[in-house]
Amino acid sequence: MSNNSAANSSLVIAQKAVKQLRLEASVRRIKVSQAAAELKTFCLQNAHKDPLLTGVPSSDNPFRPPKSCVLL
Amino acid sequence: MSGAAGGVASVGRVQLKLRKTLKGHLAKIYAMHWSADSRQMVSASQDGKLLVWDCFTGNKLVAVPLKSAWVMSVAFAPSGNLVASGGLDNICTVYNIKAASPKTLRELDAHTGYLSCCRFLSDSEIITASDKLKRPQTIMFTNHIGDCMSLALSPDMNTFISGACDSLAKLWDVRDGACKQTFSGHTSDINAIAFFPSGNAVITGSDDCSCKMYDLRSDQEVIGYQDTSLNAGVTSLALSSSGRLIFAGYDDFNCHIWDSLKGEKVGVLSGHDNRVSCTGVPDDGMGVCTGSWDSFLKLWN
Repeated sequence: MSNNSAANSSLVIAQKAVKQLRLEASVRRIKVSQAAAELKTFCLQNAHKDPLLTGVPSSDNPFRPPKSCVLL
Repeated sequence: MSGAAGGVASVGRVQLKLRKTLKGHLAKIYAMHWSADSRQMVSASQDGKLLVWDCFTGNKLVAVPLKSAWVMSVAFAPSGNLVASGGLDNICTVYNIKAASPKTLRELDAHTGYLSCCRFLSDSEIITASDKLKRPQTIMFTNHIGDCMSLALSPDMNTFISGACDSLAKLWDVRDGACKQTFSGHTSDINAIAFFPSGNAVITGSDDCSCKMYDLRSDQEVIGYQDTSLNAGVTSLALSSSGRLIFAGYDDFNCHIWDSLKGEKVGVLSGHDNRVSCTGVPDDGMGVCTGSWDSFLKLWN
């Protein structure tokens, strides 16, 4: 009897796995060439707004404010 | 992807300077997370403390003492009012840091395994990753076979991606809890995962010493980032705001910078004396923060 229930539960697990695989296989896909082109376009379009690519001028750098002399 | 990126100009050598070293933790730093204001940042160390930093001044704003020092993950809520942390205590604790002294708001303890990662959806909802992924109210995401090590929310907050020790990355719908897609290809544990800023691709970093970019809409890997000279596992990942640069922290004490389109190494952030355990880029993209087992956090731009 215990053999049966063990076999049943692994059957159930396998059935769930197959169901999940079927679900994932049915996902609507686009072509990789189109996807890659769109990722590239996104990067290029946003490159000028990317401070790590364009560099941060020290006057605007929040992590390193420009040093200034203070006369006390 | 190499085909598509063939015509793209190279970024050249990316050299970022160390701007600040944040000292204050007394033991290994395991996790950090930027606040949505791109100014504050919370870090977690196994010295048993969370520290909230003002990264513009380098000052510590709040220190949250933890009940358990074995912390592995920390998250800042989008509102900036709350932080959450968790680790080997199997509990995700949420703290109110705007109170006069940090107050424990809630303890989410229905996890059967250690908490490897957590991310806030809002002040009232958090997704936690332990041996199973969970949203406390009703949904448990139970599809990974190995421990889930990392998770990332999509920019539109409708989906999230998880990476696990079974070397798979899975895409989940936040609302109905269904696993939509699974990505394979890595040969070892996935330690780090991040969304590309457009929300259409994800980058993963693994103990197999490589990173990969998977495109969600074509459901496959589009490019891999590996180098025969790099023999250390990837511990953490962050992307610059355009998605062009990938900052990957490695066990070799460095954070290497990759050109996401061309798959080439374009720079390195060295300075840590031990493994780089966490990296993060704030929402405004103005810099990168790396945290390490050497107990320091470094800000670069």
